[in-house]
Amino acid sequence: MTGGYITQQIVNGLILGSMYALVAIGFTMIYGIIRLINFAHGDVVMIGAFVTLGLLQILGWPFWLVSLCVLAAGAFVGLCIERTAFRPMRGAPQVTGFITSLAVSIMIQNLGIVFVSAQPRNFTFPGFLQQLLRVGPVSFRAVDLVIMATALVLMAALILLVRKTRLGVGMRATAENLDVARLMGININRTIMATFAVGGALAAVAGLMWGGKFGQIDPLLGFVPGLKSFVAAVIGGVGSIPGAICGGYILGLAEVLFVGLLPPIYSAFRDAFVFGTLILILLVLPNGLLGKRMEDRA
Amino acid sequence: MLRIENLEVYRGRTYVLKGISLEVGRGEIVALIGANGAGKTTTLKTISALLHPHRGRIAYRTETDQELALDRLPAEEIVRQGVSHCPEGRGVFAGLTVRENLVAGAYLRRDKPGIREDFQRVYELFPILEQRASQTAGSLSGGEQAMLAIGRALMARPRLLILDEPSLGLAPLIVARIFALLAEINARGVTILLVEQNAIMALDLSHRAYVLETGRVTLSGASSAIACDEAVRRAYLGGQSR
Repeated sequence: MTGGYITQQIVNGLILGSMYALVAIGFTMIYGIIRLINFAHGDVVMIGAFVTLGLLQILGWPFWLVSLCVLAAGAFVGLCIERTAFRPMRGAPQVTGFITSLAVSIMIQNLGIVFVSAQPRNFTFPGFLQQLLRVGPVSFRAVDLVIMATALVLMAALILLVRKTRLGVGMRATAENLDVARLMGININRTIMATFAVGGALAAVAGLMWGGKFGQIDPLLGFVPGLKSFVAAVIGGVGSIPGAICGGYILGLAEVLFVGLLPPIYSAFRDAFVFGTLILILLVLPNGLLGKRMEDRA
Repeated sequence: MLRIENLEVYRGRTYVLKGISLEVGRGEIVALIGANGAGKTTTLKTISALLHPHRGRIAYRTETDQELALDRLPAEEIVRQGVSHCPEGRGVFAGLTVRENLVAGAYLRRDKPGIREDFQRVYELFPILEQRASQTAGSLSGGEQAMLAIGRALMARPRLLILDEPSLGLAPLIVARIFALLAEINARGVTILLVEQNAIMALDLSHRAYVLETGRVTLSGASSAIACDEAVRRAYLGGQSR
């Protein structure tokens, strides 16, 4: 096992981690603001992938424009989910929201099967993104570079939004205390919708990346990245955005390195490693890496 | 400025306010005193639209002398009309910095120069907040958090400041300082509606007061008169008062 091989695995892990991190951010923000574990979040990844497929391969739009449209589509889907499924549930016990999110998830998957069929579809990015690049012993495609760079830019933009803008203050205030936020004149409905929109946009972009990375998409593809990103959010400490980012990269690296460094017969246990990592981290740090102790909100 | 008529409020299935009426005049400090569970906090939360009345009305005279029914407005509109509510237990945003808490207080305002002016004004009233501006609110002491909560409420540039137990859990010395500052805020033209368990301090500071007992107003009048009332003395100012 050479240094080059390990470096290659680390790069692969970072690519996978970028996608997990983008999805995990949505999980953590939505949980942070309304204490909802939104299992429909992974399905926005799938929608993002299909929007990309439609615009890029069928309509042939330029890549940059497709990326922007995917962001917008994800935000729109996030908004719709909040407005139609979760707003009516506001104030209900946590379990109700949780079950609702499962229902939304199943509904999106089945609508996907109805409208685009369950048949997996090939997904190819334009030629310039398929180009193979080599840096020393490490080789990757241009699309991998785009994935990592886009993820970093989006995460930086998100952190600026949350840390530096008025909307960001409103989001964090709402996440801490809904009632007091209302006393400040913060329109919490608008703030919560904005959170779903931001989370949805990031998840949809992760869907674009997912398609580009693995080359095949189907209406059920959102489940696994959704679940693993949820794990990433928990590892990082649910509610913490930097935590979700760290959790995403740790999980991506752990997954790839386990598979890459252990003998090949273990590679079928890929997902077991992911959840093993979760259990180990939670045993040592019950609130995740960067999580605060969080009280339940009734 | 504020007139409440026959307000009835349920919390869940509990009948908490059984038809209370009270009035707050422009420039006044009005205290609402009473034991735990009398409905003081419920009254304030209903004014701010965190709770909704079953019956009764809340009339508010705006800056332009219009009369608004607060019970029909959403919470943010009430803030926009100049009613600022400093909640029970202070409710500072612990994860936000002191400065961000104050920014949140001015959330609805767009007048940047005015906001900057009010930052100065709040820092002048509470110099400790300026020193702690970039610390998280959770790292402040109880007294500092109380000041932050009041400062944050002032950032909305309120006409009517509603305070729910500002003395709660604070050392007597700090309570005295905070009450002195409330008098100063009032002297600068802000009307104050104050809920307190510390009846002595509240009656001392306020012009008029209402005594609330299990959801009804049982006594009202000039604070100095209420402070002399035999029943009140026994119930709130004797051994039971803190």
